[in-house]
Amino acid sequence: MKRFATLLILFLVLFASGGMVFAQNATTTTAAPAASAPAAASTNAWTASAAVPAPAPAQPFDTGATAWMIVASAIVLMMTIPGLAFYYGGLVRRKNVLSTMMHSFGIAAIVSVQWVVIGYSLAFGHSDGPLSPFIGGFKWAFLNGIGPYDPSPYVDPVAATHLVPHYIYIMFQAMFAIITPALISGAFAERIKFGGFALFITLWATIVYDPVAHWVWSADGWLGKLGALDFAGGTVVHMNSGVAGLACALLLGRRRMPEGTSTPPHNVPFVILGAALLWVGWFGFNAGSGVGADGLAASAFLVTNTATAMAALTWMFMDVLFHGKPTTVGAATGAVAGLVAITPASGFVNVAGSLVIGIVVSVVCYLAVALLKPAAKYDDALDAFGVHAIGGAWGAIGTGLFATAMIQPGINGLIYGNPRQMLFQFADIGAVLVYSFVVTTILFKLVDWLVGIKVTPREENIGLDLTQHDEKAYTVID
Amino acid sequence: MKYIIAIIQPYRLADVQAELYKEEVNLMTVSEVVGHGRQKGVTEIYRSYRESGNLLRKIRIEIAVNDDFVDRAVKAIMRGARSGESGEIGDGKIFVLPLERVYRIRTGETGGIAIG
Repeated sequence: MKRFATLLILFLVLFASGGMVFAQNATTTTAAPAASAPAAASTNAWTASAAVPAPAPAQPFDTGATAWMIVASAIVLMMTIPGLAFYYGGLVRRKNVLSTMMHSFGIAAIVSVQWVVIGYSLAFGHSDGPLSPFIGGFKWAFLNGIGPYDPSPYVDPVAATHLVPHYIYIMFQAMFAIITPALISGAFAERIKFGGFALFITLWATIVYDPVAHWVWSADGWLGKLGALDFAGGTVVHMNSGVAGLACALLLGRRRMPEGTSTPPHNVPFVILGAALLWVGWFGFNAGSGVGADGLAASAFLVTNTATAMAALTWMFMDVLFHGKPTTVGAATGAVAGLVAITPASGFVNVAGSLVIGIVVSVVCYLAVALLKPAAKYDDALDAFGVHAIGGAWGAIGTGLFATAMIQPGINGLIYGNPRQMLFQFADIGAVLVYSFVVTTILFKLVDWLVGIKVTPREENIGLDLTQHDEKAYTVID
Repeated sequence: MKYIIAIIQPYRLADVQAELYKEEVNLMTVSEVVGHGRQKGVTEIYRSYRESGNLLRKIRIEIAVNDDFVDRAVKAIMRGARSGESGEIGDGKIFVLPLERVYRIRTGETGGIAIG
């Protein structure tokens, strides 16, 4: 109880301080409206939506782009539920399948609410003062001041005229905010208390995901302004979650099993089903990240599919090389690794770049999963770090290497004569790596102290389905 | 009365059943079981983690018979479950156990009459 009280006070202090910042923002904004206005395209739409809540936008919405963004948002949710729920659910033992699926499902619910309450504002909102490049502030808390006819301040980077409703952009980004913490659940599967999990995820989404998304994607973000390229979330989503996963796996310790052993998946068809749903949903993820239905979206779709296929083939080849036969779990893992790696690059590279990105990601992730994990002895149960952090980091590097002005005018990578881009990519990787690892560690320890986060050995032996949810997935008799 | 337990390859079940019917042994209990013999099962690979000693799927047949049916039943199972002329490793085992009593639940009959 004492700890709960501490938590409550903590939250109150946080919100109170937020309120004060908000109040200060309000006064300074009136003094100098749009003084710190960011880059070109977003500026006009931004001030328009903030100033007068007009019933209809000056320019009508692009219905094609809007329709595509609605569909894309929906299928990005499909990546988490049921996609990731089945992918991870199939990989665990059958006594833990419900608990693992509940991680994805629970996060979808938790973050959906967190997003409209505070998340979107912190990630994509605008704040004044020195913190502006790092966090969005509270201006859009509860989506305050945003109406259904307001245009999105974030637009297609190539055809800057596309107008979609602000609401659909908020929902599209909500689905990203959902899948990111859901990816972490692969690292702490089979040994985490549900209560501790729920609290940890709420804090992580707010204190890790939202700022990092702000750095890279918001109009004010320091990494975005610096010039780091991350089209759909290679660092924001995948490296961020993968590194957090590693921190969680290290802090939670190994599952109760002999060192050097692992557990077989309880349902490989679930794994294939989940990976296939991820593959399909990822077209919304990447081809939707251009916020338009145009050539850029088509290009993102093309390279996403190509890199994924190449990565699946490469993983199968590695399996044959190391073990003699291609495995289905390996093919699925390779496909996911390919999707991860092409994510940051999908709006910048052409088919040639995507093929190389796809080949290399399976090689590095394969080595991370097959050699690094057993050698370092951390129990990243479902390879959140090995696939998402390693794959995401390679994707960020690949973007810096293979970005070509053929896709987005003026944006070239190393092999197209712009070696400086690599610096920005490494800055992005380094910043996300350090911030995610350090803050995840702090939050994890805080939650462990407040409510406890690891199940007892007895609960782990019995399984999380029964001990955390009073349910079992499969009956033995009728 | 004897109780026969046979552990056979799953893909031999249909043959064993056919052979048993020829000998007019029409009652049996069949279950799916897992296990391994001296060869220590199979090796499975998941994301490069090699797991040796995995249990193989087998079929377990249980039959209660009167004494004059024992040899016929055992030979029928042997014929059905053996792979090819000379058999293969993993074809299985047959155990014959003494059977003390049998009751038919519906009628309460006991002994040899209750068995068939």
